[in-house]
Amino acid sequence: MTTTPQAVRRASPRTRPAATTPDPAHGLLPAGEPVRLLDPTGTPLPAHPDYPEPPAEALSELYRRMVIGRRFDIQATALTKQGRLAVYPSSRGQEACQVGGVLALRDTDWVFPTYRESMALVSRGIDPVEVLTLLRGDWHCGYDPAARRTAPQCTPLATQCVHAAGLAYGEAHQGRDTVALAFIGDGATSEGDFHEGINFAAVFKAPVVYFVQNNRYAISVPLSRQTAAPSLAHKGVGYGVPSEQVDGNDPIAVLAVLTRAVAHARAGNGPFLVEAHTYRMEPHTNADDATRYRDGAEVDAWRDRDPVTRLETYLRDRGVLDGPTAAAVAEEAEAYAADLRARMNTQPAVDPLSLFDHVYASPTPQLVEQREQVRAELAAARDEDGDA
Amino acid sequence: MATTTMAKALNAALADAMADDERVLVFGEDAGQLGGVFRITDGLQARFGDTRCFDTPLAEAGIVGFAVGLAMSGLRPVVEMQFDAFAYPAFEQIASHVAKLRNRTRGALSVPIVIRVPYAGGIGGVEHHCDSSEAYYAHTPGLKVITPATVGDAYSLLREAIADPDPVVFMEPKKLYFSSAEASLPARTEPFGRAVVRRPGRDATLVAYGPAVPVALEAAEAAREEGWDLEVVDVRTIVPFDDATVAASVRRTGRCVVVQEAQGFAGVGAEIAARVQERCFHALHAPVLRVSGLDIPYPAPMLEHTHLPGVDRVLDAVARLQWDDQPDPRWLAEGSAA
Repeated sequence: MTTTPQAVRRASPRTRPAATTPDPAHGLLPAGEPVRLLDPTGTPLPAHPDYPEPPAEALSELYRRMVIGRRFDIQATALTKQGRLAVYPSSRGQEACQVGGVLALRDTDWVFPTYRESMALVSRGIDPVEVLTLLRGDWHCGYDPAARRTAPQCTPLATQCVHAAGLAYGEAHQGRDTVALAFIGDGATSEGDFHEGINFAAVFKAPVVYFVQNNRYAISVPLSRQTAAPSLAHKGVGYGVPSEQVDGNDPIAVLAVLTRAVAHARAGNGPFLVEAHTYRMEPHTNADDATRYRDGAEVDAWRDRDPVTRLETYLRDRGVLDGPTAAAVAEEAEAYAADLRARMNTQPAVDPLSLFDHVYASPTPQLVEQREQVRAELAAARDEDGDA
Repeated sequence: MATTTMAKALNAALADAMADDERVLVFGEDAGQLGGVFRITDGLQARFGDTRCFDTPLAEAGIVGFAVGLAMSGLRPVVEMQFDAFAYPAFEQIASHVAKLRNRTRGALSVPIVIRVPYAGGIGGVEHHCDSSEAYYAHTPGLKVITPATVGDAYSLLREAIADPDPVVFMEPKKLYFSSAEASLPARTEPFGRAVVRRPGRDATLVAYGPAVPVALEAAEAAREEGWDLEVVDVRTIVPFDDATVAASVRRTGRCVVVQEAQGFAGVGAEIAARVQERCFHALHAPVLRVSGLDIPYPAPMLEHTHLPGVDRVLDAVARLQWDDQPDPRWLAEGSAA
């Protein structure tokens, strides 16, 4: 047998001693199992080596906002059935993620929500009527995104992932220690902009936390049709981004993991990817029929892992939450819903001429013409009404 | 006054904008070290550092989306799409976010970014390198769409684009990059929203933009031999469009041919022709005609001359402007066939 250079090269791996350089993926891969600090009944698990339990005050606030958030979600669903909202994508069952996501942030940080983050936004302190503006059929996002440091709720899937990278890099470029948190669902991780966003954030070391709420379905399409990856968190290694999986119905674990992810980003280590395993208890929106793609037994199994009950049980067992406090939180949530109901009971006043505002900083001559045309049409319609 | 090229004028505009405003960042594929494949960003990284002029991953949606986020943080990004057809992956970001963010937020957020697109053909480029994509952007409310045809405009309009509070798609005619002209920079020409009469004439108006402007000027020169005195209007800013200057010219001349390099169907030239006839019907002695590229995918280098509207095609159209006040016989034939 002649020894060609090719043969030598082929043979060398077998003869070479075991590699001594560390695996470059070391520290990037998520743990094989989601981080969990409470079992599904609310019983604490042994202390986690990497994720200490957040302080009791934070957990009390987490509970309070989750209770209010759920009551908000129920109210918004009811308002949709009453015709007050054009559509409402519920996040019931995802309270730990919705509230934990914003509780891990400072007010100066930025949130990049999707259309399913209404609960997160009210939890961030934005007026619920403003949050529901778009869903009740008005043309704008309702709140002031610059003042609230919260981007408009994003409907085109995953596109906000790139905005978060740019915003976070821009803030760092200007010497500010802002972190951006981008919410995204399991289905949207298939979109190119998820890949481009996390890749840009990694290459530019932008302080972004990508927070995937894996609620198992993209409308009707199950996770198995989105990915063949071991988990969505495993996608991080391909970008050089550390990641973690968390039990998304364990509020304490969600807050602990996100707190660490935010700290990682703020410290200048670049982005972090978190996948929360959770479940959307309601259909995609009021217009969806979830019985066509998932069975009742599956939904019931997730009902047993309810995040609000789980946290309440734990806090009561620990003596952090007592009966009167729980009752007071429930009462606050009822008042919150009653106020929302009352203020959503009238249709908002919309001015057709406002359609021409903010298309450009100053309208083009063509828009000035069109605005005048619409104004004349409206005036003529009013005159006809007056004549009738 | 020194002679310079459009490429150098664009480079000078970027450099001067970066020197004047530290919020201006310039980035894209090969925009950093290399200075861009057309060298429009040449020397900017060396002068301003790699945090102000830099390369990005090869991902156009990422580049534009990243710019949206940077603008939200208060910066002024200028991004380069390497070629016209390479910008298509960014279209969702452009149409759904760049164009709409001001509107969706009632002005609380704006996207003062410039998307530079080297466009159109005539350079012997292989497939996907020569598209005229301006109609896609012009059809999207919220965007300004600008295309210079002169060295002075290249500088001045790019400076204005960078300073503008709205997103600007800045279409750079590749075949004019290395055309030179006398220009003293920094030049300041007419602002956004103003078309310019490049050549006055009495008999008919040629309305053109971008790479079609030199063709129209050449055709006007050649038309003198036929006895026609043609006016040439350079649109310059497709959005916002200057109806007033175009209509005033056509009312003076009574005849109009719209010239564009892009394929014709549903294009910018169709919009211009419609606007002219809506405003000038009673001043017109002949239908408004369009001269454009063919409605085919941009052809290979060996065939692109067949596609590109040249002087002859423009003059043929001018000849059909009913100079003897007789209708075009081809329309009579179509009418009798119907």
